[in-house]
Amino acid sequence: MNTGMSLATDLMWTMIGTLRDVAPIAAILLGFQLGVLRQRIANLRQVLIGSVYVVLGLGFFLFGLEHALFPLGKGMASQLTDPGFVGAGRAAADLAWHDYYWTYLFAFAIGFATTIAEPSLIAVALKASMVSGGTVGAWGLRIAVALGVALSLAVGVFRIVTGTPLYLYMIVGYMIVVVQTIYAPRMIIPLAYDSGGVTTSTVTVPLVAALGLGLASTVPGRSPLIDGFGLIALASLFPMITVMGYAQIGEWIERRNLRAKSPDGALEGGPAP
Amino acid sequence: MGVVGGLFGLLGGTLRDLAPIVIIVAFFQAVVIGQPVENLGEIAIGFVFVLLGLAIFIRGLEMALFPIGEALADAFVRKGSLIWLLVFAFSLGFGTTVAEPALIAVSGEAARVMAAGGAIPAGEVSEARHADALRYTVAVSVGASLILGVVRILKGWPVHWLIIGGYVVVVALTAVAPEAIIGIAYDSGGVTTSTITVPLVTALGVGLAGMIKGRNPMIEGFGLIAFASLMPIAFVLVFGIVVEAWA
Repeated sequence: MNTGMSLATDLMWTMIGTLRDVAPIAAILLGFQLGVLRQRIANLRQVLIGSVYVVLGLGFFLFGLEHALFPLGKGMASQLTDPGFVGAGRAAADLAWHDYYWTYLFAFAIGFATTIAEPSLIAVALKASMVSGGTVGAWGLRIAVALGVALSLAVGVFRIVTGTPLYLYMIVGYMIVVVQTIYAPRMIIPLAYDSGGVTTSTVTVPLVAALGLGLASTVPGRSPLIDGFGLIALASLFPMITVMGYAQIGEWIERRNLRAKSPDGALEGGPAP
Repeated sequence: MGVVGGLFGLLGGTLRDLAPIVIIVAFFQAVVIGQPVENLGEIAIGFVFVLLGLAIFIRGLEMALFPIGEALADAFVRKGSLIWLLVFAFSLGFGTTVAEPALIAVSGEAARVMAAGGAIPAGEVSEARHADALRYTVAVSVGASLILGVVRILKGWPVHWLIIGGYVVVVALTAVAPEAIIGIAYDSGGVTTSTITVPLVTALGVGLAGMIKGRNPMIEGFGLIAFASLMPIAFVLVFGIVVEAWA
């Protein structure tokens, strides 16, 4: 067997797969452009080259994930959820929730790391930083979202281990979101809501699914079919909380600084618009 | 030359994006699991492709996806036809979701769960039929959510009332939906927004909000993705309720 050869064939198939995924979007865009809008496209050359980059880049990215991160991450997820590893020789039924500490830490760490690399989040963070004129920093947003996903996965693993129902977590989470929405700066709210949906795509979902299914088949009394789900749901909920929290902390620090300065009369009349 | 130079600059940034993954995987592999990695050569090649791919994709994002989204917003506002804008929003949501591989996987899994739980008749034909029905349900829901999202930008409705209202509906539906569908319903919200759709839709929303007087791109421009991740949950829960009532 020639490994180089089979890698090349694999790459070709990934590219074809990417093209197939992009095809409906391209067809819709083209259809509306030709059939409805009929406007000249500015910088057509640049847009076409950029579209080739999108397909090429995404294809390479997915191919690389399939060959590097996914086998490694899935292998680690199954090893770290294995009763032999978690219990160090004890029977799975004797394990308490805190025996899974490496699994929590792994879920937290891998959630953070994969979210930082998530292309859709990079896109939204770039856009948000452009639109806000830099007030919402691209890195600050990405780290806030990544912390949210990290927390959600650790909590999600805890939920599967303890067997508590998912909806309890969702309802408490929603309630926190509602309360934060009242107090958070108005500017951040739509972005925070968006970041929930953005986090879970190309990189995170396959690893999270492997983690959830591995865990649900390890912990006694859980069914991979029912309890393996729900991690992604939490991963779309928590980032809303952390992104609003990020803005709230930013606002709080700004206000404190202002208050510290105002006795000198330097900032009479409040902050500049 | 300019393109190549820019690509090298991007590679540096991408390396920083990927550093956490490398550090964490190396740490857990070496310290916690303590076993040598198999196929290190293949993994190294894969990593180079991840790096290159992400750098090239981000370049393409700035050159094509953002400009296309903005140009579409501009063209639809100029044309002044609300109907076509809404048709476009629906097509984009439906078209990009219905063929999404993650959704196909999740709906297949869902049909299996429901058959195992006795909510639908077991058997390949019945499961395939229900998986397809679920897939179309989600695709329609994403299309509908983009329509709602666009109307909201045009009208300037505050996003939090709609989203919180949506959550209330979801919580109420959760109480009556069959147990087996709940996890899947909540997860389906997360799988609908693909890597190409997100930048396009974001640029479209921000573009629309920037073009319409009295709208703030930061406040009205974002939020489309939020609808697209909330609406499928409600639709899938309803799907579960209807299927259960039918059986």
